Amino acid sequence: MLEKALKGGRIYGIWIAFLLVIAATGIFFYLRQLDYGLGITGMSRDVSWGLYIAQFTFLVGVAASAVMLVLPYYLHDYKAFGRMTVLGEFLAVSAVIMCILFVFVDLGQPSRVMNVLLHPTPNSILFWDMVVLSGYLLINLMIGWVVLSCTKKEIPPPAWVKPLIYLSIPWAISIHTVTAFIYAGLPGRSFWLTAIMAPRFLSSAFASGPALLILICLVLKRFGRFDAGEKAISALSKIVAYALAVSIFFVGVELFTVFYSGLPEHEAHFQYLFAGLHGHFNLVPWMWASTLLAFAALAMLIIPQIRRREEALAAACAAVFVSLWIEKGLGLVITGFIPSPLETITEYSPTGPEMAITLGVWAAGFLILTGLYRIFTGVHFERDNP
Amino acid sequence: MSTNRRDFLKIAGASALTLIMCPILPVCARENLQVPGMESAPAKPLTAKRWAMAIDTSKCPPGCTDCVAACHAVHNVPNIGNSKDDVKWIWTEPFASVFPAENHSYSGQAQQKMRVPVLCNQCANPPCVRVCPTQATFKRADGIVMMDYHRCIGCRLCMAACPYGARSMNYRDPRPFIAKINPDFPTRTKGVVEKCNFCQERLAKGLLPACVLACKSKALVFGDVEDPHSEIRKLIENRFTLRRRASLGTVPQIYYIL
Repeated sequence: MLEKALKGGRIYGIWIAFLLVIAATGIFFYLRQLDYGLGITGMSRDVSWGLYIAQFTFLVGVAASAVMLVLPYYLHDYKAFGRMTVLGEFLAVSAVIMCILFVFVDLGQPSRVMNVLLHPTPNSILFWDMVVLSGYLLINLMIGWVVLSCTKKEIPPPAWVKPLIYLSIPWAISIHTVTAFIYAGLPGRSFWLTAIMAPRFLSSAFASGPALLILICLVLKRFGRFDAGEKAISALSKIVAYALAVSIFFVGVELFTVFYSGLPEHEAHFQYLFAGLHGHFNLVPWMWASTLLAFAALAMLIIPQIRRREEALAAACAAVFVSLWIEKGLGLVITGFIPSPLETITEYSPTGPEMAITLGVWAAGFLILTGLYRIFTGVHFERDNP
Repeated sequence: MSTNRRDFLKIAGASALTLIMCPILPVCARENLQVPGMESAPAKPLTAKRWAMAIDTSKCPPGCTDCVAACHAVHNVPNIGNSKDDVKWIWTEPFASVFPAENHSYSGQAQQKMRVPVLCNQCANPPCVRVCPTQATFKRADGIVMMDYHRCIGCRLCMAACPYGARSMNYRDPRPFIAKINPDFPTRTKGVVEKCNFCQERLAKGLLPACVLACKSKALVFGDVEDPHSEIRKLIENRFTLRRRASLGTVPQIYYIL
């Protein structure tokens, strides 16, 4: 089946070449980072995690969202998702690979990464995150590949893959829960020290992941010789609407607790995020953009007449994705460090090399995703047009 | 060769006896070993059940940074000269930043101008040790929280976990920024995290921490808090002390007397 990823038309070739150029630029700047050290990024003594770890956090959510296709189809026999579950699993595969790459490029001593396995430390949440992420990668790669091979041969999937599929459902919840625990278990960082962190992560994940999947399905329908079907898209858009509503609700719950209780340590971070603190407001325009996009998307998604129109749905899904990318991929990680434990405000902005490396990892992920989806659409096209 | 049960027990017993007797017999004792070139026997290491430090800020002369200079010189701490890549083991901060909960709008000039030395709190319940995925940071039996610079992968989870901002990342090669390298202490490589080690390398040689010895006004008192007769124990028993963010449950071992 792999050979299908290598064949394609002009647009496919241009897209692949484009991704390769971005990935190569990323590698070039990563080599410079290896030589100079992480000082090449905008990260500092006070803001010691930046764009890389934020992307990792956001993409764990995208990976976990595959469960939103697998669960209705395999547990509730929702047939409309039958053709698409593999798309969800392949999205999970490429998202987890991006996660691993983002953690890797964030390491100060990447050559020592195996120390995590040589000295396994069960009291470290990062250790467990490595366990659940690599497990999730293997499970989804295996399920996706086996189910697609069987589609090609026009035989039902083997019986042993069923338990694996059932396992993938709680496993998807676990990856985002464990990732949330990395943050929510730190006593000195009030911004993250909240029990709703894991539920917030999951709800935003179940909005952003399926939103991306809808966008991809609409692209595949136009250019990719694959139609997921109106019913499946419509069901997915309802999932995005509910998850987005829950996600906004959870943020509201957080805001109430922080501001009504009036605990200064907790308030300061949210003030920095939405209003600026002592003349520092790097993230304020971003966060208001995110808020407006989230509410606009919610309005578009909950009104059925708008949701059913393809262009409007695409716009709403793009708004959801961008809004939640800002929330998780910028706001959540950086703001945890501002103000610092010593109450100083150090602003963070990523440097050019840092952005090039970040884009490079995204390009590598989309390269894998494109290849896998090419194989998927190729198999389905051949089956439907013998 | 066959060994019967009786012979085996004889050999085992004799070996065990030798092992037990060795430290007692002067011939085997390490103190009596004469290494050529060594003038005298090595000083006895300083040991404790729990090392701690008391800082009497009222004794700190305004603007004094002797402790900082001594520590950073002894430990090859680079002076990179920008706050972004800075490496610090001990430094001073305004009172309001160190004890935000104790600060109010009516506090006097003296308190507002006061600068307080801050360093790793050598927590008895350290969050940095809890989160480290490789055990590169660990706590010794005597309470010192230490770093293994050769094991650290530079993930910086410990920096996120530390509620005191006591940890620094080597964002770039520190060596060009060390004014004079002290050959008795290792320099670090880029990409690892570091912090105050309570001068464990000096304690092993029988020396007090560099910052304590450097302080002319004797504002820093170092010792074993578990020893009821120690100077530090008597000091913190009789004076009112504050610890930074003690409500977080980290059990910090730096006691401030104001």
